[in-house]
Amino acid sequence: MEFTLKTFIFYGFALMTIASALAVVTVRNIVHAAFALMVTLFGVAGLYVFLQADFLAATQVIVYVGGILVLILFGVMMTSGRLEMRIHIERGQLLLGGGISLALLMLLLTVIANTPIWKNLTDDGTQLAPTTERIGQLILNEKFLLPFEVVSVLLLVALIGAALISRKEVRD
Amino acid sequence: MALQYYLILSALLFTIGVIGVLVRRNAIIIFMCIELMLNAANLAFVAISRNLGTAEGQLFVFFVMAVAAAEVAIGLAIIVSVFKHRETINVDEVNSLKG
Amino acid sequence: MEINLLEQIVIPIIKILFIAHLLIIGVMAMIWSERRVSGWMQDRLGPNRVGPQGLLQPIADGIKFLFKEDLIPNHVDKPLYVLAPAMLLVPAMITIAVVPFGSSITIPGLENPILLQIADINIGILFILAITSLGVYGVVIGAWASNNKYSLLGGLRSSAQMISYELTLGLAIIGVLMLSSSLSLRTIAVEQGAYPWKWNFLIHFPAFLAFTTAMFAETNRLPFDLAEAEQELVAGYHTEYSSMKFAIFFMAEYMNMIVGSAVVVTLFLGGWHFFGLENVGGEGSILAGLISFAIFFIKTGIFLFVFIWVRWTLPRFRYDQLMNFGWKFLLPVTLTSIVVTGTLWVVVKENKQLWIGIGNVVAAFIVVAIVAGMLAMDNNSKSAVQSTPAAAPLRGLDAVE
Repeated sequence: MEFTLKTFIFYGFALMTIASALAVVTVRNIVHAAFALMVTLFGVAGLYVFLQADFLAATQVIVYVGGILVLILFGVMMTSGRLEMRIHIERGQLLLGGGISLALLMLLLTVIANTPIWKNLTDDGTQLAPTTERIGQLILNEKFLLPFEVVSVLLLVALIGAALISRKEVRD
Repeated sequence: MALQYYLILSALLFTIGVIGVLVRRNAIIIFMCIELMLNAANLAFVAISRNLGTAEGQLFVFFVMAVAAAEVAIGLAIIVSVFKHRETINVDEVNSLKG
Repeated sequence: MEINLLEQIVIPIIKILFIAHLLIIGVMAMIWSERRVSGWMQDRLGPNRVGPQGLLQPIADGIKFLFKEDLIPNHVDKPLYVLAPAMLLVPAMITIAVVPFGSSITIPGLENPILLQIADINIGILFILAITSLGVYGVVIGAWASNNKYSLLGGLRSSAQMISYELTLGLAIIGVLMLSSSLSLRTIAVEQGAYPWKWNFLIHFPAFLAFTTAMFAETNRLPFDLAEAEQELVAGYHTEYSSMKFAIFFMAEYMNMIVGSAVVVTLFLGGWHFFGLENVGGEGSILAGLISFAIFFIKTGIFLFVFIWVRWTLPRFRYDQLMNFGWKFLLPVTLTSIVVTGTLWVVVKENKQLWIGIGNVVAAFIVVAIVAGMLAMDNNSKSAVQSTPAAAPLRGLDAVE
């Protein structure tokens, strides 16, 4: 494989994503883990840009990094005092979990290796970006309008549910 | 850059997420690992969408993100209220239905 | 792919350097004018000793910060503690990359006209929203890494505040996007044209107010500076920071103000356009480019003055007031604005902008009246049951407990 600037950047993002994902799982301090997750999410956003999904890359940063992860950090700070931040991993669980995960990885890799329909992505000349208009059209056509509305209702339900669970019980 | 590279990356990311869910016992870390797995799935969606030259796959990622946001809102509300009752968020210690 | 060295590398680098330095000089100018304008508003002088009119005061301050001992307390989480100021400064700086600060200049011999903008990307607004949402991390991480209760309280307050007001920030611009049908800031500015009655702040007046308010909240300025309320939290999230690290927090705040003003000017106040000056020098000439830049600069400056003005006009919100205001007033107003804009766009056949402008204001009044009425009823029924009103001010702390 020829080594161009694009492959170099791809490997950079891939390395960043995988390394920080490993850090999320292995780091003992929970805030450090959240920070590592932020790097992972950024890496994935970078890969989206690479795959010509510019709208999704921005959405990824807005929703995941700007929303979900801040909520998680908020949860961390509300549920653990400074001293309880460190947590330990049991050896038995590590072996069992690692074994199962490795088997899963092997399975996934076998599937990928045995599905030979893929073409080379860089040189085929398909232009997807800018995708904003295309996604907008898709959401509002007859195929995806219903799922879109259902998702919005789901979000509303989640909003109300979260408010209901976390509010203080009113005693009267 | 062939599609396989993205899919292998996605598989690795997913596996790391699975390891985290199976091994770690802190509810919030488990949460983060679920986000890792969702991101791995999203990456595969986008890569295949690019491969097919359509934007439908990206639309699914959009939906996944919405569901992930809903999941985090509810999940954290539950975790915080569990913490208020039990003073712990270790999933092994939260094992009885009675509050 | 052939790379044109001059057009694709040299000119962008010049633009980036120019804007980055302009930002830093702008921060210094803001520090000076903040203190002088504050002095003027309070009928005192303000710093006037260093240089003419005290103009060199920011430089003296900067030198002082640089030469102070850079203290890292023992109890902090060192890597995150060091990283936090940078995590606040970097988002503040890179947002400016997509903001157009003038029209374009045609230089003979070059193929394309030079846009007075670092990068005209077609998801410009999303980029800005994405990057501003990163600003929270500097505050939260800095607060947590400081390992100090006051810092943590300040950080939690500000993260809750920023998440809440980011929603308003995002929803307020949707009406603008619907009319200009583009996410690129340059297109939005061009669509508004030169005449003030066609600018978005009249068409989307409630959204404009909501966006500006949310901008104040995002920059942690008074009346929304609960994250660093001196009387309550020492200095909030930057209590444990000293020397240049503290100065970086400060610089980031001012940069956010400048970039925020530039974004407001682009989205709602017509960008670099002004009537009477749109045809001076002819399309693409250097003179026209300079005039457009000057107009943008002046508009941003006026908006920055408003920042300082508001600071000495409004007192700080209480925490529950802040949350109520964001969720119960701004959010419904922006949501209705979207619905009204969309409906009128389809229903009205001529003079669309006029009717959308009127409809938005009327709808906003109705929404505010309804919400205020509901809150008043709620309060009445509560005070009838509860005889202890002292419990009310404490409610704001619930969110951080």
